[in-house]
Amino acid sequence: MELESPSIASAAKPGQFVMLRVSESSDPLLRRPFSVCSTRDGAILLLLYRVVGKGTRIMAGTKAGSLLSVLGPLGRGFEAPGAGEACLFVAGGMGIAPLAFLARSLGERHISFKAGYGTAAEIIAPELMGMKGIEIALATDDGSAGYHGPVTGLLEKGLGGESRKIVYSCGPLPMLRKVADRCLEKGVACQVSLESAMACGLGACQGCAVKAGPGEERAYLHVCGDGPVFDASAIDWGGE
Amino acid sequence: MNQPDLKVTLGPLELKNPVIAASGTFGYGQEYAPLVDPNLLGGIVVKGLSLKPRPGNRPPRIVETPAGMLNAIGLANIGVEAFLREKLPWLRSLDTAVMVNIYGHSLEEYGEVAAALRGAEGVAALEVNISCPNVDRGGMVFGTDPAVSAAVTETVLKNMDKPVIVKLTPNVTDICAVARAVENAGAHALSLINTLTGMVIDTKTGRPVLANVSGGLSGPAIRPVALHMVYRVVRAVKIPVIGIGGIMEPDDALQFLMAGAGAVQVGTGNFANPRATLEILEGIGKYCAEKGILRIGDLTGGLNE
Repeated sequence: MELESPSIASAAKPGQFVMLRVSESSDPLLRRPFSVCSTRDGAILLLLYRVVGKGTRIMAGTKAGSLLSVLGPLGRGFEAPGAGEACLFVAGGMGIAPLAFLARSLGERHISFKAGYGTAAEIIAPELMGMKGIEIALATDDGSAGYHGPVTGLLEKGLGGESRKIVYSCGPLPMLRKVADRCLEKGVACQVSLESAMACGLGACQGCAVKAGPGEERAYLHVCGDGPVFDASAIDWGGE
Repeated sequence: MNQPDLKVTLGPLELKNPVIAASGTFGYGQEYAPLVDPNLLGGIVVKGLSLKPRPGNRPPRIVETPAGMLNAIGLANIGVEAFLREKLPWLRSLDTAVMVNIYGHSLEEYGEVAAALRGAEGVAALEVNISCPNVDRGGMVFGTDPAVSAAVTETVLKNMDKPVIVKLTPNVTDICAVARAVENAGAHALSLINTLTGMVIDTKTGRPVLANVSGGLSGPAIRPVALHMVYRVVRAVKIPVIGIGGIMEPDDALQFLMAGAGAVQVGTGNFANPRATLEILEGIGKYCAEKGILRIGDLTGGLNE
């Protein structure tokens, strides 16, 4: 979905999100959080979604030119890689949204980009997300395109070698857990963008809590304000 | 056309208008400050405080339901000491009534939280959450027993020098019995309703969606239930009543005022529309102006029966 909002599009940084009210009706009641996938001309925001429920069904039926209420940009985005670091991106499904924005912001820099989908039909064309000249290695659960298996199967090779690396990842929780575990084991820097049910997006409701890792002062972190991008070590990956 | 006077008086408490941000939905006020000028509100009820900080429940903590949501945040909060040190100085600078929601898991804890807030400059009133389990009584919720509700009220009053509002739970057989007991114990005002208990099951996993199993239902789904409870309680007590429950629009707030509420709180509505409080306030003013109502108090209880 493309939204025209110069104030949000010009301020949004990769990894940040917006809270979208899909309709004025009170059912569905809550806004939906979406990572910004891309911005264009300092005025247009691209959000990526798949129809999974009531809210996204309404989005799919929204006519061009409709006026929607959008709150953002919210949360903490990705931290840029260090000068000498090799960048490895690992995306699962719609989790490609914030990574596409980050990839684009890194310009000419070389990125090893791995993206996993359920099946070939779900693949989102990189051009649609404003990504040009970035080669994406694909994985599908059913083997209909690219590597046959989870995208984490493409991770090991990327983590090898001597160069200093940073991994950026977003996708379903089991995938992120795997990515985070491997990076923490190998001592590779890793930033993950988490998804959570969320009511306010502003730090007030505390509904989007995630269990914090052992080094953290607090028991729970909030996806909306402490994240949605976290250092993998900040999260307790054993928790729910 | 005369501008209506929106000032309301709730016993000893004076508010510049009847729209209050509800506890747990507005954080400590600062979270919404970029979107809502808190100085325009009648009041803010800050997130419920306990004596010690509490981390809250395991996630998932919230789930959307038809025209509503369930929450089981687990009363996560920074504790009363950190509130006084870190949050109150900013709140004190506001030109609005800052009401502090408190809770405890024993009578003693209620007394201690109240005592910690006694004399705190910038606190206009306490709102007492009696919808939590009593550890001394096998986890029975304080607010389900009129006598226990009265005991909590007395304990808080004994330890507090500001007006005390008691927030009632709807999860009872007769909310009027609890309301009367709390009134007799000396409460200055009542606020109602707190959330209704509910649950959602994920049939794919066969598990409750919330890690806590149950949560509190809020939002427009509960509005008619809340409105009727306010209507009944207003007729059962003499102290002022603050109406809460699924208020999203000016018309919703007007319904509660007509049922007899002296003021309203907007809770879950803030999530869907962060500016809900201000839009409701504007809508109430417009309604009064159009109807030639000069004082908002004249609207309270103005129900044709």
